Amino acid sequence: MFYREAGDFKTSYRADSQTFPIRLDRMGYFAALAVAYGVVPFVIDDYWANAVFVPFLIYAIAAIGLNILVGYAGQVSLGTGGFMAVGAYAVYKLMTAFPEVPIFLHVILAGGITACVGVLFGLPSLRIKGFYLAVATLAAQFFLVWLFNKVPWFYNYSASGQITAPDRTMFGIFITGAQTSAAAKYLFCLVILTLVALMARNLTRGTVGRKWMAIRDMDIAAEIIGVNPLSAKVTAFAVSSFFIGIAGALLFSVYLGAAEVGEAFGINKSFLVLFMVIIGGLGSIFGSFAGAAFLVLLPVFLKNVLVGGLGWPTDVAAHLELMIVGALIVVFLIVEPHGLAQIWRIAKEKLRLWPFPH
Amino acid sequence: MLEQLTYASEAALNGLMAGVMYSLVALGFVLIYKSSGVFNYAQGVMALFAALTLVGIQNGQVPFAHLINAVTGGHLESFGWQVPAVLAILLTIGVMVGMAIAIEKLVLKHLVNQAPIILFMATIGLAYFLEGFGDVMWGADIKTLDVGLPQGINETVESLTGAWFGYGFFIDNLDIVAAVVSVALVAALTVFSQYSKQGRALRAVADDHQAALSVGISLRFIWILVWSIAGFVALVAGIMWGSKSGVQFSLSLIALKALPVLMLGGFTSIPGAIVGGLIIGMGEKLFEFFIGPMIGGATENWFAYVLALIFLVFRPQGLFGERIIERV
Repeated sequence: MFYREAGDFKTSYRADSQTFPIRLDRMGYFAALAVAYGVVPFVIDDYWANAVFVPFLIYAIAAIGLNILVGYAGQVSLGTGGFMAVGAYAVYKLMTAFPEVPIFLHVILAGGITACVGVLFGLPSLRIKGFYLAVATLAAQFFLVWLFNKVPWFYNYSASGQITAPDRTMFGIFITGAQTSAAAKYLFCLVILTLVALMARNLTRGTVGRKWMAIRDMDIAAEIIGVNPLSAKVTAFAVSSFFIGIAGALLFSVYLGAAEVGEAFGINKSFLVLFMVIIGGLGSIFGSFAGAAFLVLLPVFLKNVLVGGLGWPTDVAAHLELMIVGALIVVFLIVEPHGLAQIWRIAKEKLRLWPFPH
Repeated sequence: MLEQLTYASEAALNGLMAGVMYSLVALGFVLIYKSSGVFNYAQGVMALFAALTLVGIQNGQVPFAHLINAVTGGHLESFGWQVPAVLAILLTIGVMVGMAIAIEKLVLKHLVNQAPIILFMATIGLAYFLEGFGDVMWGADIKTLDVGLPQGINETVESLTGAWFGYGFFIDNLDIVAAVVSVALVAALTVFSQYSKQGRALRAVADDHQAALSVGISLRFIWILVWSIAGFVALVAGIMWGSKSGVQFSLSLIALKALPVLMLGGFTSIPGAIVGGLIIGMGEKLFEFFIGPMIGGATENWFAYVLALIFLVFRPQGLFGERIIERV
């Protein structure tokens, strides 16, 4: 009753093949966009921006990127942290080398550079499959982190070995640096996330996406029906790394402001993004959003309840958080291996029939 | 030049010893992978948890002291007794067996017939859980583990090599003990899997789950058995690594060191785990010795992975792995 596809007639090819073919879906997404652009920027303050909104937006970009690789193309990667580091260091080098170019371009370029690195590390996926590939991507993770730690050129020979984002503006408004307002950070990330999500959505339902899914379901069979595994796998790695690079660039320049590679982009970051994808739902763009929101909100919530509400010491709370996150992963895999996105699908199914299920 | 060579061979020898330690962790992976098809990412955390439990029992720590203190506002610390090492090890084995049963009942049982990658991710979740659980149970501070293993430089080796090459090699006694223990462990496991009834059942399960079920082998019992053995191997690895560098979070990272060993040796082969460990241990020490100074050092973090990656491109199933046959 509340969710229905009936009565939504298409009279042209254009209408039939639009991004969101069901009117109710479309209206829902427009409403969400209207709130995100029209309401949130005016009420957001520094706490909400830094604790919830900006990390959510950035991790959603990373999760979409990883979901393309793991969920759509079936190539498990544990190198997300390393690729995010590539994006961060690329944007840092670009920002310091060309201060007059708008930051938006730098972020996109950083994504492009990450895509090249991603393709390089993705090439072995043609020979190596499954677990072996998952472990092989760890090579990217460790090698890249080591590289950014040991080669001083990457951090401009700074004494601390850290990279610090300089102040950069767009249209005269600060986007990076200490003077940035919460709304500016939020809007900048939101614009990029919107573009990324639209691009991912359209890629995954088009030819490229179908090739990815064919490779995921069974690569040999896909090859036999004429899908080129080289191009499918390489494009999956390229697109995925492009998004992940953008997320890394934003994480460093807009959110953190200063970063040390081992700490900000270590293996834990790889797992965090992977968990977002699993909990959200493999092979679902909506799932990437849901997973990112869940894992960004959970620590904030637990911290407020355990430390703020019950007054427990922070270290006990941190350990409990690890336990809860780990247990949740296992529970999700047992109860709903397709994640929050599947729960959402089931809910829609139910709403379609409610209140007369027979 | 000759001096360089003796240094290099010392590095190689130390690498071999480190490699034995990697093999020890890799062994746990292979056991579980062979018999249940689960790639157990939590193996390293299991080693950490086993070592933590051992230290905790030895020192008579109160489990969950921090949590209890946080809830009740008390300040419990320890029972105030010391447990002898042998008894503590036996108790820890008991805890690991209990853990194996719990994992089977709570996790694996519900994930039968899922894709291998789902099981893999479940063990990542398990690793997070165990890491938090170990910290909540025993506290996160760095602990020293002492079960009476010899430590420090081995003087026999030093004086012998000193007499031969004019330069005494530095070999830690602990490394020698670890090497001996690993060899014994591998021998014991091989005998167990070749000649005992359970061992034969275990190999049957590894070959084909359904066929094993059809001839009356209890899959659940085998899984509990295998996870218990893996827990025992984790305990041995935890004792060795814990005596060497203290019981702390970084102990769980040895799992990450064992992964390239597995890739190199093949996921399904026990000898592969040993040979892979030796190659990687020696390779990374030599690489660090010859190439490391030129490119900034600390290459040990990634060398093993890159080596395994390059190797796999040419031989995707690893050195001793079973040939991967794919059918549509």
